[in-house]
Amino acid sequence: MSEQKQLKQATLEYAVRLGDDALVLGHRISEWVSYGPFLEEDIAYGNVALDYIGRARMFYSYAAQLTGDDKTEDHFAYMRNEREFSNLLINELPKGDFAYSQLRQLLVDVYASLFLAELVKSKDDTLAAIAAKAIKETRYHLRRSRDWVLRLGDGTQESHNRAQTALDALWGYSHEMFEMDALEQQLADASIGVDVAALRGQWHARVSDILIEATLVVPEDGWKVRGGREGYHTENLGHLLTEMQFVHRSHPGCQW
Amino acid sequence: MTTEKLELFEVFVRSKRGLDHKHIGSLHAQDPEQALEYARDCYTRRSEGVSIWVVRSADICASQEDDAESFYDPSDDKPYRHATYYQLPDPVNNM
Repeated sequence: MSEQKQLKQATLEYAVRLGDDALVLGHRISEWVSYGPFLEEDIAYGNVALDYIGRARMFYSYAAQLTGDDKTEDHFAYMRNEREFSNLLINELPKGDFAYSQLRQLLVDVYASLFLAELVKSKDDTLAAIAAKAIKETRYHLRRSRDWVLRLGDGTQESHNRAQTALDALWGYSHEMFEMDALEQQLADASIGVDVAALRGQWHARVSDILIEATLVVPEDGWKVRGGREGYHTENLGHLLTEMQFVHRSHPGCQW
Repeated sequence: MTTEKLELFEVFVRSKRGLDHKHIGSLHAQDPEQALEYARDCYTRRSEGVSIWVVRSADICASQEDDAESFYDPSDDKPYRHATYYQLPDPVNNM
């Protein structure tokens, strides 16, 4: 395979990864719709879910375009099994209680704000354009999740305990965000992808500032989990996909 | 969680072409900052606005139904306060 062809194939896989990250988290957030703590928050968090699903569509559409055949975004969203999904594990974890979802959101939002600021500079025009749109949304998401973590961490004893419990349960899933494999290295070297390993220091500093302000204890690095990028998932993803893909698979080719 | 412990805020939005903020609704939030974010999410999702004000409903001093008589009735018999009350001289065409 020529180098250019290889790079195109790598870019396709990369777009699918980023699409998977967005779709899986978007679906998790959408599970809060009608279960929000009060109406205003229900609407606001639902908006965030829509931002993520819109982001997934952009990445998948680009991937579909790169395949050069008649695949569409729906193929990537609905016709693949869990072993073919390459999202980060932290995005697929069940929504838990509200504190858990907001702590996850903070860890992911800070990461996304750093990641997208780099992806905007990609030599791939489409990826750069998607990042430019997405980063505006992410800045707002971060404003929300930061607010909630401060409220919950520095709120009542109950909310503080729940926030700390969530943080401790999630921390081991954060390390995977900064892992580079051969594909990401190749794309980073070609100035198409992002060198995520280089973002870790900044991420830790920003997240720690917020957690400390929220009177939470920044967890020590200990156990860590990985595998999402290779298709090794927690059992949660299969259940998520079952629910998400059911209608599409039951009625193939159905048009509204 | 219920909205019992939350405060009520009134939301005013200035649209792209508008010169002034118009009242468009109310919502519950814990403080003005959060109210501003919810106003963004609840009332400007379809690009309705370029500027938002939120005000604690409790901070609004409003006239009461009972006040209506003393507030508004006295002007009923003072039609001369309207410009249309006056006959304009013929030479004035555009008024």
